[in-house]
Amino acid sequence: MRCWIGSVAVIGPGLPGWAASEAVLAGGSPWTRTEVTLPPPALLPPTERRRTSPTVRLALAAAAEATAEEADRAALETVFASSNGDGVIVGSILDALHDPAGVTVSPTQFHNSVHNAPAGYWHIGVSSTAPSVSLGGYDGSFAAGLLTAVTTVAVRGRAVLLCAYDVPMSSPLAAVRPTGAAFAAAFVLRPEPGSVSGSSLRAALELRYRAVPAPEAPPTDALDALAVENPAARALPLLRALAARRAAVLHVPLLEDAHLELRVAPC
Amino acid sequence: MPESAAMWPLSLSACTVVTALGPGVAPLRRALHVRQGGLAPCDLPDMPEGIWIGRVPGLEDVALPPPLASFACRNNRLAELALASDGFMAAAEAARDRYGPERMAVVLGTSTAGIEQTEQAYRRRDPADGALPRDFDYARTHDLQSLPRYVRARLGLKGPALVVSTACTSGAHAVLEAAALIAAGLVDAAVAGGVDSLCRMTLHGFASLELLTRGGPCRPCAADRDGISIGEAAGLMLLERAAAGPEDAPLLLGAGASSDGHHMSSPHPEGLGAVTAMRAALAAAGLDPEAVDYVNLHGTGTRANDAMEDRAVHHLFGDAVPCSSTKGWTGHALGASGAVEAVIAALCLEDGLVPGCLGVETPDPEFRSNVAAGNRTAPLRRVLSNSFGFGGSNCSLVVGRPAA
Repeated sequence: MRCWIGSVAVIGPGLPGWAASEAVLAGGSPWTRTEVTLPPPALLPPTERRRTSPTVRLALAAAAEATAEEADRAALETVFASSNGDGVIVGSILDALHDPAGVTVSPTQFHNSVHNAPAGYWHIGVSSTAPSVSLGGYDGSFAAGLLTAVTTVAVRGRAVLLCAYDVPMSSPLAAVRPTGAAFAAAFVLRPEPGSVSGSSLRAALELRYRAVPAPEAPPTDALDALAVENPAARALPLLRALAARRAAVLHVPLLEDAHLELRVAPC
Repeated sequence: MPESAAMWPLSLSACTVVTALGPGVAPLRRALHVRQGGLAPCDLPDMPEGIWIGRVPGLEDVALPPPLASFACRNNRLAELALASDGFMAAAEAARDRYGPERMAVVLGTSTAGIEQTEQAYRRRDPADGALPRDFDYARTHDLQSLPRYVRARLGLKGPALVVSTACTSGAHAVLEAAALIAAGLVDAAVAGGVDSLCRMTLHGFASLELLTRGGPCRPCAADRDGISIGEAAGLMLLERAAAGPEDAPLLLGAGASSDGHHMSSPHPEGLGAVTAMRAALAAAGLDPEAVDYVNLHGTGTRANDAMEDRAVHHLFGDAVPCSSTKGWTGHALGASGAVEAVIAALCLEDGLVPGCLGVETPDPEFRSNVAAGNRTAPLRRVLSNSFGFGGSNCSLVVGRPAA
């Protein structure tokens, strides 16, 4: 399957947005780990904005950056992918369910606990009625999202916003599902370049499913090592190839015994 | 729609459900005909007071095969029970042998996967530091991916395994994504559907939103309806290209999705998103609304959902097409409901049955669509099935008779 990659976004430790991180990702400047800051989403009305969780802030910030130059964001179909979902909210509901003083679940927390909450807020924020799907996928959630997004582009011939994001869980779940610093990556994927005018395309992407484990690839530097910390950071090899405008063959793990083979060709 | 020519129809070569009526299609079919629901007063511990639930009988006794024992949780037991029903496993294995294990995908929906296992683990936290017990396997139970991973391993498949979690549309949306993988040529067949099991998080969560009915089963479309009864269920379908499926298999004629872009837990009052999803499904199937003979409603039994859905259905179909909700039998099976109701749609086509809403003497007089309160028999060629969920997610499927 083939598609074209348009705009890209990244948020992670030492990676505060695509424009600010492109040189680091391309290898031109050194990477330094810094705290991830998550701005309240400007897309949402103030009352909603204040109540958003770190997970929603992260996903919406990446989605907003990737679509900043889009003429009609509401027209994009969306694929959101995350391993942990809103693990902090899920954890806090689990705490409430086991409170010896009695069960009091917050109704707002409950409706924000659904895995598609960030997608829901995105479509509210940009007033979009376009189709949207939210996926899990454990360590393969980025690959699951990419596979689904590229399939949508190929089958439906529409532009798709892919947003992969993950935030660490709270205790005690954090101990059984360790996740490094918050990380998100977002991409606008498009069909035939001829079908869009005036938008910048970064690269052609060819995707193949391989029913064998991804080849071992030990990290070559500290930035590479981020990829194993957070499922969304599995996007780093693709982000780095795009930033360097370099042709690459990449292997992204989907399952223990299967991966996606990506061929990236800069435009 | 550019997809319609290449993508549809698909064969529903094998179907199964597990519901509160028991494992397999047969007990549900019988119950629909004799109008006897599967909901009962909640007998699970530490649940909201006075609610009724759709609990699968004998679920706790289901054993997973020893090599996959680490996947044991309520949700994967439910998946196992579904695989063992209606000859589903044999049909899936035959497809695997025909196409090759890497040419078959597993795409399943769930809202909470094995979170009930986490709830049990929480009760056994270390009193000193609150740590979860060492035998708790997060990845194979709590994590969403646990579900497709279990089913893929159980069936010996090597294709992609995806989990869709779009709240109460998960099961229907999984079918749509599975169809896309086949259309893209990535696989030749897929096991698609949804599995969702009862847990305290869901029941107390819906109770906190004051969306659960108390003191009896839910009454979708009734004038005095006052909420949902939650059920647990599994619905599985084996999808392949129509030409490759059995001649007498029902067909998935089309599917469509939309977002409300309106509110996290309240539907758009006029049902704009619902209308968009139904239109998209009809467009994918290349059908006009007149071609639909029955609409299986999402019909949860809440004031807001049923009123919105009535407006949306009336907008497209007027009062010409009978519609009803079957949640009075199964309860609202959340992330499995769309898959279960797609199988119900196939069953209704086969039997020429419009199962009128259960426990409803007269539909809400405010409703303008053609709500069936009693069972009707009529030759059916095509059924549209709706699913809507939190986050403003909407998905509709159109199921048809062979050669419809």
